[in-house]
Amino acid sequence: MTRFLYFNEMKDIKQIIQDIASDALIEEKQKLTVTVEPKQARPLIEGLRNNKELPFDYLISLIGMDWGEKLGVIYQLSSSIDLTHEVVIITATTDRENPLLYSVSDLYETAHLNEREVYALFGIRFINNPDMRRFLLDDDWKGFPFRKDYDENPDLNPVNVISKEIVDIAPQIIETADGNLVEREVPIFGENDYIINIGPQHPSTHGVMHFRTSLDGEIVKKIDVHSGYIHRGIEKLCESMTYPQILHFTDRLDYLSANINRHGLCMCIEKAGEIEVPQRAEYIRTIMDELQRVSSHLLAWACQCNDLGATTAFVYGMREREHVLDIFDKTCGGRLIINQNVVGGVMFDIYKDFQKDVKAFIPYMRQRLVEYDEFFSHNAIALGRMVNIGHLTKEQAISYGVTGPAGRASGWSCDVRKYKPYSLYDKVEFKEIIRTEGDSYARYLNRLDEIEQSLRIIEQLIDNIPEGDICGKVKAVLRLPEGQFFQSVETGKGEFGVFIESHGDKSPYRVKLRSPSLSAVSVMPLTARGALLSDLIGIAGSLDFVIPDIDR
Amino acid sequence: MLLYSQPLELTKLVHSLDAFFRSSLSPFWATLVEGILIGIAILAAYALIALALIYIERKIAAFFQSRLGPNRLGKYGVIQSIADMIKILIKEIIHVNKIDKLLYYLAPFFVIVASVLSFGAIPFGQSLQAVDFNIGVFYVLAVSSIGVIGILLAGWSSNNKYSMIGAMRSGAQFISYELSAGFSLMTIVVLSGTMQFSELIEGQRYCWNLFNGHIPAFIAFVIFLISGHAETNRGPFDLPEAESELTAGYHTEYSGLRFGFFYLAEYLNMFIIAAIATTVFLGGWMPIQIKGWDAFNQVMWYIPSWIWFFGKAFVLMFLSLWVRWSFPRLRIDLLLNLEWKYLLPINLVNILVMVIIVLSGLTLADIFPAVFGK
Repeated sequence: MTRFLYFNEMKDIKQIIQDIASDALIEEKQKLTVTVEPKQARPLIEGLRNNKELPFDYLISLIGMDWGEKLGVIYQLSSSIDLTHEVVIITATTDRENPLLYSVSDLYETAHLNEREVYALFGIRFINNPDMRRFLLDDDWKGFPFRKDYDENPDLNPVNVISKEIVDIAPQIIETADGNLVEREVPIFGENDYIINIGPQHPSTHGVMHFRTSLDGEIVKKIDVHSGYIHRGIEKLCESMTYPQILHFTDRLDYLSANINRHGLCMCIEKAGEIEVPQRAEYIRTIMDELQRVSSHLLAWACQCNDLGATTAFVYGMREREHVLDIFDKTCGGRLIINQNVVGGVMFDIYKDFQKDVKAFIPYMRQRLVEYDEFFSHNAIALGRMVNIGHLTKEQAISYGVTGPAGRASGWSCDVRKYKPYSLYDKVEFKEIIRTEGDSYARYLNRLDEIEQSLRIIEQLIDNIPEGDICGKVKAVLRLPEGQFFQSVETGKGEFGVFIESHGDKSPYRVKLRSPSLSAVSVMPLTARGALLSDLIGIAGSLDFVIPDIDR
Repeated sequence: MLLYSQPLELTKLVHSLDAFFRSSLSPFWATLVEGILIGIAILAAYALIALALIYIERKIAAFFQSRLGPNRLGKYGVIQSIADMIKILIKEIIHVNKIDKLLYYLAPFFVIVASVLSFGAIPFGQSLQAVDFNIGVFYVLAVSSIGVIGILLAGWSSNNKYSMIGAMRSGAQFISYELSAGFSLMTIVVLSGTMQFSELIEGQRYCWNLFNGHIPAFIAFVIFLISGHAETNRGPFDLPEAESELTAGYHTEYSGLRFGFFYLAEYLNMFIIAAIATTVFLGGWMPIQIKGWDAFNQVMWYIPSWIWFFGKAFVLMFLSLWVRWSFPRLRIDLLLNLEWKYLLPINLVNILVMVIIVLSGLTLADIFPAVFGK
């Protein structure tokens, strides 16, 4: 019955697509894929976005592409009502000199930073995006590094040793009412604004994040997000490596969810290459993922408390996290980045006392959750610093693509484990924690509650780990069939997406990694506007972003 | 040299030293020499107490945070803070461009001088007080508020936006909480009828002011602890330096010994607040005495008065550390709310209540003169 309904809906979506763009090429690949001309792309996306029954209002990722003769963008759309529905829209232009596409930043707020990133890496500019500065790269970077014909000569972009003045001017290309394109430059801050740089070296930006903040007294007027201080070009690096070689890169994104990220990439490759994963490996993967989530949430909790000035709470969080890391350590030698997942399964089998250690950890952690609750969660000062601070509505969360505990704190049911279950998540029972307040405190409580849910999942699996192989048979030289492959996983921060385009080679043609932290950072200007400087830090802590994940 | 009844008391030593100088030198020179000796003693005590406090705080913080704290240098790491002191003394002082040089160099001295000046007026034990002003309480309040000038200057002259914000916060915070601290001390001045520390302590021989003035005195005590804690710029009131927001606040641009001055003053201010609270509310160095129990009183006197003083002060400091390591930081508007909307009105009413209690003879000493009377 459900399958039938699903089929009907898909038919409807196809009908909608055909109504808007009649000559669009619709294919049923891994996802419903639509290829359209650049002119039709925007109306099509707008139509899907404003679709009444099933609005495609969640832009999972916006992927810049270079197909040689064409430069283009892949939009991965989904519906906030039901994440199982996805549409992939591909559009491309042949103009390599001055590629222009229409912006969707007015439909999806998350597109702002993503389009800026595509401009920096591919040189595609977006008409009507109010801010077309390069994201991740300097404004004077020569060439577009993700293009296939990029000149890698280091003399072109020498290592910069001189301090550069930051120019707060945003170029735009605006289409006027009569259809002409006008290029202009707009200042980001007012002339007499008191601008303070929070970051890139700052104790509370959790890394090299840079918020240019204009203040009125202590009240935040505007935030301008600068990023890219540790941009390593991981996606580009992937293109010159074989599949097994690129696995470790995902660990270096959101290092707190290293294992989950890697799980996502492995699954993407396994699905594309039709590689079987043994049950034992699935169990180990899921348990490890949940342990990783516990440790990620513990660190997020600890850091949020530390940002609010409670150093003791910080140490408490680290203390419990140490127990998880010890288990990782004993399993595979790694603590932060554990190198556990490989294509086809896991690299290391669990050790003899694994079950015993994990079972000892669960009641211990539950006891500590009670302690956290008594010690910090109801502290009058803590409540004053979190309740009704940094408000994010459900609509905003969807538009900015804020997933994970932060998105669920705004009332958006967006758990990938529920909607697109992978590994064993369809076999275990757990509750998706949803709160509707949308403030810092809801995000704070969500993480603590999710720790409890993770413990529940582990409890259900830990005694049933089947015997057998830990790794399936994988060819020595792994080639994926031609195609575009997507995979999403739920990390500690939210939905982490992997996109691989394969042209049948040993190495991928293009890899794109959707970063949940990028969305979290993109809402900072919104949530912190009008708040006090202290709250800016508190809100950043509650959104819990990891910088390497943003910069990639 | 030593009193038989109080073997560890330093009274006799101080008096014999005084007598020695008076007999061998002219009055002017005797005063001068004594002044210099007292100055040296106070500075030495200042440094020593700071070292001890830093060690104690680190150990206690470690205890709260289930860590070990310093444990490498010496037994239980006791000489860690001495090593740190040497390190900070020989550290390079980084010269910062584009600062207001005069004010920048002056600022740490304001802070440290204010701290030493109020430190000098504290009665550490029987006859262990440099100057016994007849307006002691007033004097301490006056000199301790010089410190804020140093902090404001530091923030202003550093030419750094973080420092500036920290200094502005600190100005607002200091001036607000000064009021509360002052009013709560005045409540006790109303009760005891004196501003002189020696008389305050003598008046608490059989009943501490905290109990003598019962309800209003207790309220004043709590308010003094809160506002005193706020004045020392320590968590949860450490907004001026708020390391997770302003990196280091007003002293961001300071390094080496200049930073050391701020650091030292912060620790000593914590001690000074505890010392004043001890003297004003908890009977100062006076051992616990119960009227009529002469044998018991004598036994209590065997414990030297400075031990009593430091013991009581330590209890208060422990409280302050406990608060510091448990609570998150307040935000500036919550902080000002707390002062102007709660503490100050309560305080004003409290003084009035105290006046009524004193005038209508409702203090414990008035009600039970046989037990608590002077």
